[in-house]
Amino acid sequence: MTSSSERTATSSERTATDTSLETPVRLSIDEVDVEVAAGASVLDACTAAGIDTPTLCFAENLTPVNACRICVVEHEGSRTLIPACSRRAEDGMAIQTDSERVRHSRKMILEFLASGVDLSQADPLASLVSEYGADPARYGDAVATMDEDVRIEDDLYVRDYDKCVLCYKCVEACGDDAQHTFAIAVAGRGFDARISTEFDVELPDSACVYCGNCVAVCPTNALQFTTEFDLRTAGEWRPDEQTTTRTVCSYCGVGCNLDLHVQDETIVKVTSPNDHSVTSGHLCIKGRFGWGYVHGR
Amino acid sequence: MADLHIGPDVATELERCAVDDVISDVGAAVVHHGDRMVRGGTARRNERRHLLLPALHALQHHAGWISPGGLNYLCDQLQIPPAEAYGVATFYELFRVDDPGHTDDVVHVCIDAACQIAGSAETVAELRSAGRRIHESPCLGQCERPTAQFVQGRGRPDRVEADEEPFELPQAGTDGLRLLRRISAGVDPMSLESYVAAGGYAALAKAFVRGAENVVEEVVASGLMGRGGAAFPTGIKWRAVAGETGQKHVVVNADESEPGTFKDRTLMEHDPFAIVEAATIAGFATGATKGWIYIRGEYPLATKRIQNAIDQARGAGFLGQGIARSTIDFDLEVRRGAGAYICGEETALFNSIEGFRGEPRQKPPFPTTNGLFDRPTAINNPETLVNVLDIVTDGGAAFASIGTKGSSGSKLFCLSGRVGTPGLYEADFGVTLGEVLDLAGGVSGTGELQAILLGGAAGSFVGPDSLRMPLTFEAARAAGVSLGSGVIMVFDSSVDQLPILTRLAEFFRNESCGQCVPCRIGTVRQHEVMVRLASGPSTDNRWELDLQLLEEMDTAMKDASICGLGHTAATAIRSAFDLGLVEKPGVTQ
Repeated sequence: MTSSSERTATSSERTATDTSLETPVRLSIDEVDVEVAAGASVLDACTAAGIDTPTLCFAENLTPVNACRICVVEHEGSRTLIPACSRRAEDGMAIQTDSERVRHSRKMILEFLASGVDLSQADPLASLVSEYGADPARYGDAVATMDEDVRIEDDLYVRDYDKCVLCYKCVEACGDDAQHTFAIAVAGRGFDARISTEFDVELPDSACVYCGNCVAVCPTNALQFTTEFDLRTAGEWRPDEQTTTRTVCSYCGVGCNLDLHVQDETIVKVTSPNDHSVTSGHLCIKGRFGWGYVHGR
Repeated sequence: MADLHIGPDVATELERCAVDDVISDVGAAVVHHGDRMVRGGTARRNERRHLLLPALHALQHHAGWISPGGLNYLCDQLQIPPAEAYGVATFYELFRVDDPGHTDDVVHVCIDAACQIAGSAETVAELRSAGRRIHESPCLGQCERPTAQFVQGRGRPDRVEADEEPFELPQAGTDGLRLLRRISAGVDPMSLESYVAAGGYAALAKAFVRGAENVVEEVVASGLMGRGGAAFPTGIKWRAVAGETGQKHVVVNADESEPGTFKDRTLMEHDPFAIVEAATIAGFATGATKGWIYIRGEYPLATKRIQNAIDQARGAGFLGQGIARSTIDFDLEVRRGAGAYICGEETALFNSIEGFRGEPRQKPPFPTTNGLFDRPTAINNPETLVNVLDIVTDGGAAFASIGTKGSSGSKLFCLSGRVGTPGLYEADFGVTLGEVLDLAGGVSGTGELQAILLGGAAGSFVGPDSLRMPLTFEAARAAGVSLGSGVIMVFDSSVDQLPILTRLAEFFRNESCGQCVPCRIGTVRQHEVMVRLASGPSTDNRWELDLQLLEEMDTAMKDASICGLGHTAATAIRSAFDLGLVEKPGVTQ
């Protein structure tokens, strides 16, 4: 979950390179005229107009799946709202991003999520809940929830599907958007849909190669590194005190940039910057998990 | 994807044979030539992915479930990641991924509205006590003969016992039938000869004389609107596909699953050659050489008869290369659905055929440019297609003169529930709701009309004051309702609507694909509210709060869901409250 102002640079740059010969697209966002490169999304246009659009299933390094619908905006002439992340900006579009309809749908989506999923570690979502006046309690006590136990199947990361919003990001990162391992997919249907391996076999028995790219893209901490999970369980997870140091992975010659997240002079997790030309935020098991030697382990 | 991870479970001989049989024509994705050479690769794998659904059907049919060993073998043969194939298998109602522990056939019993008021709960209890394996099913598309049942065979063919009874068309012998005239005349649905003797394949010959462009323009001129529920102009769709280049597809959307609808089943079972001929004309007109007919999995007789029609047509040169001695190529392939209402949504249907989960795609882009296999696709409902035969024969203007200005032609209506003679009826557009009800013998039961569910579960309830409403797209739109797929489900004054509405909510909860948040969770919350409302009086203001929730959820699902399922998941329920079909129960002290 990134706020859109942080992300724009990369996504419009990329679009600009791809379509630099095409005529730019002009449209209006909340009555303000904006111009974006051909091929840009409505979300890009919103950002260009200075509008911060909430997103959940969108990530700049993944193909939009438009499943969460939190980014919906009103498009004059469309019967329904449209997802900003996956709709291309078109000439002459008139978009409203803060109409009553938009606010209502976003509020309901937040209520639906908050009433069924544990959002306690999905920080930006939690603040949206109050921003949009969502009241998950009004659905009463007898509501279906994800109701899943934490799965600890190895030493590297845990899966807590109580926190899963089914945004598909992990599936995409495991599949043809990054890793091409295809260890997980969505199984089941409707509210029973879950991220799963085949026959729900444990991760070590699946195709998983422990690149951790699924963990890196998870917006709600349903997937988290064991280091973080253990510290949280012990009440010792203090993100405010953490520092981030950029370095280059020492294992091979590819040159992946690593961000070492350090707390109490100990590495607690490793990520890679999304805008890094080599990784687009994705790593392999060595860069992601193979840092124990730094601490002599 | 050369190094798929396949688990240790091994398929049985039965499972291997089942999969091999499905892929025998094209072979496995990777072929070993001796120890040191293989043929394979991405293109070869992608070309075979669409065999996943038929192969899953084969495993389920022969083994009674999709076992880890069976799935592994299938995934190895088609080079599909097991997690993805498992995700597909678990999407469908007709597949199970746990060992059933028995080798019996399973009886699917419909529990949706028309069967619900006919006593499906009792049928389920009786069959259970008789020792049958029961699966409570959403609408089985046999609403004219409740309680509907479908037997899923284990190693034996799937069957519908009611299909063994003689078929009677309520309007048989009546004048003025257009779509149903061959059925009325008793044309043998298993015989091409009989179909041709009744004028069959004259339309294809006429289409060749007219030329592809002219056929498209006549369909545009006819004003024919799609009969699957969305009422999109067929000619406009065809014109768009005809304007595209490269490989194009025609898809017949015969995944009829809208509760209350059984028209396409009746057409496929009793006039299958008409659908095959019309699909061929669609292929000729749009320049598509490949056709697919996706039939819902619970329609074994329709599947058999359509397959027979295709085989006979191919044998006689009406399908294949150089159809009917022309230079045009067109062939049709049957695909069976596996129990998923959502696969009637056109883009979900594409994903289903392609071997992915039946999740709808965001539109735009539309199927006319990015349809099946991402190619331009004309996807039409069977009833829509059958209309094309007369349009080609008589011209678009003649067709446009039938019905009303905004709704040309005739329409099939599926009468069910508390009505004199339930069944399929045809009438020209413009006929009133009351007149159609009279055609079917009026209200049965108490004889007093409470409400009609118009358009199916995705439609709305209308009251007795709507009987004078003309059944046209424009009149329905003006009244804020929809003709949908032609469902007219009748409820007499004795029916308690709360259980009906609660089941409707449960239907959408079960059938939501789960992709988008508004529908995945909204349909669940809606069902929970209905369960609470149906559970009896409460002493606080919960009732008012819940009605407020229903309204707000409806708005959000309509506005923010990806597809029509979410858009309409609350429509019928809200219309029932608006009509006052449900009253607030008395407050208990």
